[in-house]
Amino acid sequence: MSDVITYAPLLLQGLLITVLVTVLGAILTVVTAFTAGLARLSQHWWLRWPAGVFVEVFRGTSLLVQMFWFFFALPFFGFQLAPLTAAVLALGFNEGAYGAEIVRGTISSRAAGQSEACVALGMGRALRMRRVLIPQSIPAMLPPFCNVMVDLLKNTSLVSLVTVADLTFRGQMVRSTTGQTTAVFLTILVLYFVLSSLISLLMKWLERRFALDRRPKSRRDQPGPLVKAGMPV
Amino acid sequence: MIWDSEFALSILPDLLQGLWVTVQITLAGTVIAMILGLVVAVIRFSRLPVVSQLFNFYVQFVRGTPLLIQAYCAFFILPNYGLSFSPMATGIVVIGINYSAYTAEVYRSGIHDVPPGQWEAAKALNLPIGATWTRIILPQAVRSVIPLLGNYLIQMFKDSAVLSAITVFELLAHAQAIGSNNFRYLEPLTIAGLLFLLVSYPASQMVRRLERRLAPAH
Repeated sequence: MSDVITYAPLLLQGLLITVLVTVLGAILTVVTAFTAGLARLSQHWWLRWPAGVFVEVFRGTSLLVQMFWFFFALPFFGFQLAPLTAAVLALGFNEGAYGAEIVRGTISSRAAGQSEACVALGMGRALRMRRVLIPQSIPAMLPPFCNVMVDLLKNTSLVSLVTVADLTFRGQMVRSTTGQTTAVFLTILVLYFVLSSLISLLMKWLERRFALDRRPKSRRDQPGPLVKAGMPV
Repeated sequence: MIWDSEFALSILPDLLQGLWVTVQITLAGTVIAMILGLVVAVIRFSRLPVVSQLFNFYVQFVRGTPLLIQAYCAFFILPNYGLSFSPMATGIVVIGINYSAYTAEVYRSGIHDVPPGQWEAAKALNLPIGATWTRIILPQAVRSVIPLLGNYLIQMFKDSAVLSAITVFELLAHAQAIGSNNFRYLEPLTIAGLLFLLVSYPASQMVRRLERRLAPAH
């Protein structure tokens, strides 16, 4: 175990890269999810169709295959991506494809009356989407997006296989230098668990923040029976 | 021409062999995940003191850590304690355990959706607890979650590529080996991706149809 403490700075560096990859991946995931998800809801086939192919291809194949493809196969077309770029692209597109289905599913399951009311008020499609349907859908999107984000974090461990020096990569290095296999891997396992628990907590906070029926934080904040109507609370 | 069709055709049999290994891993892993997940779900639902909490933590921990690290742990740590298995066996057990945490949640939702009247009727008829589970609750609970389990089966099929990192020679490992031997990664990796898609896309369409057919009767 003492060896692990000696090499802690190295693991910490890896941890920072893991966090960096997760944050970049999360940004790309959200952008991809909304772009592809909204394109699948479009009335134009030339938007719907490519978005559908994109989503099915990225959902239908293995993330690791996609990452290797971006890293090893894309150079044959003349694009040499940096390992970090390839890794983030694969992660963001893959999780984004899952996210796109969430976006599409939640928006298309809004009550029909909402759309009808917008039409009655003379709102255009874009305005209706931006001001009514998307804001209403966000609370319903958050729980499944929590799963996607936790998955994203866990999948960042795969970037070590395309030579990005993340936590897993550093862990392998420390393992082969010290031979402390058990201590190193259990440390990493716990670190990932802590990170994914943090993401879950963050998403739970967002869920409360965006809940449609936001309630006061605790009973204390509610006006008690002693408070008369009209009294400042 | 970037794409070499002749080369692509020549490596296809090798890749199909890899696909077969991937399918085997998936099927064996599924059996473990389905059975272990059911056991975990029933224990969690039974509210046994300590044991249920332990399994709650098990589900959270397994779901909160990456499959790759779990595989590394099993592959690199166990041999230090005299437990040496083939990469394939290790991989199957690891992916089975990994997915048991997910199937446990799926079963839980299924068990949760069985109307309380079923429990009460079983109690009123004086059915022993074992029979209540096996004859009343589980048949209804499992039926309604079969499509969800199917989705996890497909997910496992795709995730099994991760096991190439612990030298399991499945589809992706085949593609990588061909790539590094011939210095051509485009064809093997593209075909590997297409093979994954070729299996998982029709499978997910089938699950979708199953979903419509098995919509809860009650």
